[in-house]
Amino acid sequence: MDMIANLTLGFGVALSLQNLALCFAGCFIGTLIGVLPGVGPIATIAILLPITFGVDPVGALIMLAGIYYGAQYGGSTTAILVNIPGEATSVVTTLDGHQMAKQGRAGVALGIAALGSFFAGCVATLFIAALGAPLTKLALLFGPAEYFSLMVMGLCFAVVLARGSILKAFCMIMLGLLLSTVGTDLETGQERLTFGFPPLSDGIDFAVLAMGVFGFAEVLRNLENPEARDVVKAKIGRLLPDWSEIKQSINPVLRGTFIGGILGILPGNGAVLGPFASYTLEKKIAKDPSRFGRGAIEGVAGPESANNAGAQTAFIPLLTLGIPPNAVMALMVGAMTIHGIIPGPQVMTKNPELFWGMIASMWIGNLMLVIINLPLVGVWVKLLQVPYRLMFPAILIFCCIGIYSVNNQPVDVAFTAMFGLFGYLLIKLGFEPAPMLLGFVLGKLLEEKMRQALIISRGSFMTFIERPISAGLLIVAVVVLVIALLPSISKKREEVFVE
Amino acid sequence: MRKLTLGLAAAITIAFAGGVQAQTYPTRPVTMIVPFAAGGPTDIIARIVADHMSKTLGQQVVIENVAGAGGTTGITRAVTAVPDGYTIAMGHLGTFSAAPATYPGLKYDPINGMQAIGLAGGTPILIVARKNFEPKDLKAFVTYVKANSEKVNEAHAGLGSVSWTTCTLLKAQLGVPKINAVAYRGTGPALNDLVSGQIDFMCDQIVSVAEQVKAGNIKAYAIASKQRSPALPDVPTTAEAGLPEYQIEAWNGIAGPKGLPKDVVDRLVAALDKALNDEGTKKRLLELGTVLPTAEERTPAGFAALIKRDADKLSPALSAAPK
Repeated sequence: MDMIANLTLGFGVALSLQNLALCFAGCFIGTLIGVLPGVGPIATIAILLPITFGVDPVGALIMLAGIYYGAQYGGSTTAILVNIPGEATSVVTTLDGHQMAKQGRAGVALGIAALGSFFAGCVATLFIAALGAPLTKLALLFGPAEYFSLMVMGLCFAVVLARGSILKAFCMIMLGLLLSTVGTDLETGQERLTFGFPPLSDGIDFAVLAMGVFGFAEVLRNLENPEARDVVKAKIGRLLPDWSEIKQSINPVLRGTFIGGILGILPGNGAVLGPFASYTLEKKIAKDPSRFGRGAIEGVAGPESANNAGAQTAFIPLLTLGIPPNAVMALMVGAMTIHGIIPGPQVMTKNPELFWGMIASMWIGNLMLVIINLPLVGVWVKLLQVPYRLMFPAILIFCCIGIYSVNNQPVDVAFTAMFGLFGYLLIKLGFEPAPMLLGFVLGKLLEEKMRQALIISRGSFMTFIERPISAGLLIVAVVVLVIALLPSISKKREEVFVE
Repeated sequence: MRKLTLGLAAAITIAFAGGVQAQTYPTRPVTMIVPFAAGGPTDIIARIVADHMSKTLGQQVVIENVAGAGGTTGITRAVTAVPDGYTIAMGHLGTFSAAPATYPGLKYDPINGMQAIGLAGGTPILIVARKNFEPKDLKAFVTYVKANSEKVNEAHAGLGSVSWTTCTLLKAQLGVPKINAVAYRGTGPALNDLVSGQIDFMCDQIVSVAEQVKAGNIKAYAIASKQRSPALPDVPTTAEAGLPEYQIEAWNGIAGPKGLPKDVVDRLVAALDKALNDEGTKKRLLELGTVLPTAEERTPAGFAALIKRDADKLSPALSAAPK
């Protein structure tokens, strides 16, 4: 079989001493930057790019890829321990992961996140190896209309994310959508909602908003009442999940891997939807949905697997087609180009050692990540015992460094502080920031794709219904909404939405 | 106390000695602002050139990516910096020639308000279309687009981008400025929809589209340069294909704030020239489909003339373009 021969070639490349070392370095750096709030893979890869000049292209890309998926592992650590999502994909993990940490189950949450991610990573790697080339066609089936409908479906999921009132969640989604429209209009170049203030002309960065409403606001809330703050004094509990918890997580992990893997292939950062979709699904099919938002292990296992599966399958359009689906992949294109490999549909045939070497290294990298992360769980959990008077300045400083590193703009740090105050206000008034962040992330794509679809269709809204995939996605969205908004349809509504 | 005084004196002496020695620029790392995200075409050329310039200057040339507003945020920062040679920028056709006509509120004047240093390289522009788009060659394309200007769709990577700038010029020259234009966030997504056939055509840099053309995922009508590119030897030039007036290249070049001391400019020009003469650097640039600059274009005066020439060429089309 070709695949066996190819994988043999790949492992031959990936298992060389130098590439193993680079893979480990990438995974390790990735884990660290994932843990540091705000410092994302984009900034890190950009900084480390020149260092890879001296290495051959395969080794360089193995390391850079390791940083990317390593960051996805590490990102869950901060989300669980201190309720700060470093990336859009770990927003969902804060919901139940941080609750678990508050209950003294931080180790279990971190452990299941690592194991789920490992499983998802392995499956996704096989998936890329076996089906990478045919799956490219899926990416090409999604035009602007299909993408718009997918986003609409995603927004309907957001309602389910709410832990309290649906009305409040709805308001927050709308606020998120509104915030996403700040900046220069893509089609016309007009500035919107910037009040003539130049730093706003490119819109609000996700990291700025997320660090503010989660990170800074959380610190403010904890300072308000030093005795009751989350992190200290929580008993540590077991470090790793026990058998019953693993059994509970198997199905969510399988479902999360599948959902995340499929969404990861889509162009335009479909991977962002993965964890949200997985969480929604788990909450919907759970026997007792009221546990969600209060430390349900399924709410960590599913989304974390989806997140990691998506991170790996996002390589498919890049490796098979040469078209990057998101900003990190665009950077990988740059890295390949700098190393003299112009990404394109022929990379697989022209540079088989690169293509299969990278795929093999992803599997090895996932194994390394589990080995790096499981022993670290103990270390991270011990961090929770650091006195809060030492912890909160550290959190704030790392957040500031991270935010500054995104765009090298000092004003971003000031914005984060403002969003921190705003986030504190939201906590006081009982509004959830998670639906707002989802609205914000999806809003940009939603508007962009809707306008592209309408420009192509010359303004006819029928385009969303005439195209079968788009119509199918909209039907799912309508079904989700109907179940959510018509109480008489389902007696379970109370259980699902009001807790 | 006496020991301390002696120590201080010694320290001061050393500091002064260092100061005297360090009169030749540069004594600390030079920041080269790239006004786009890392990994893009301008960033790649900047990194390749800066890598070699660091060797000549004896100080690291550090790339700082300051993206935003079509690259004008980063250039504004660079050309308003203290003119000491420690802040320079790698800009392109868009930020130096097209920006004044694209952004009415632009905070800098590329012609009179900055110091051009030199051209780093030119990147040819191609007219490409989805693989099953009806017209077979450039002549047929021109006829088809003129006849069906209500029907065709053009993709570009956002207002102010190279693809927008160069395609706006093409549409103006063909007399069909109002063709349906669909904006994308960057070349990647635009190319995705061109490959999948959602969009009919676009204009973009050879480095972005060459591999897709070679694989047959899209087709190229012509290259808007004087010569064919070794990367795509089968693609005719616009002159050969019957549209000689469409000549445009997406170049990248270095500039700094106005008022840079002459010796600093000379050092930078020499370092750039040396980088472009280095075999390794040359090879890497040529692999990207870059056209190496002529001796004239590597000088401040030659580069400034190029900026002015392309600004004059683009301004009427860009000012009149629907925004």
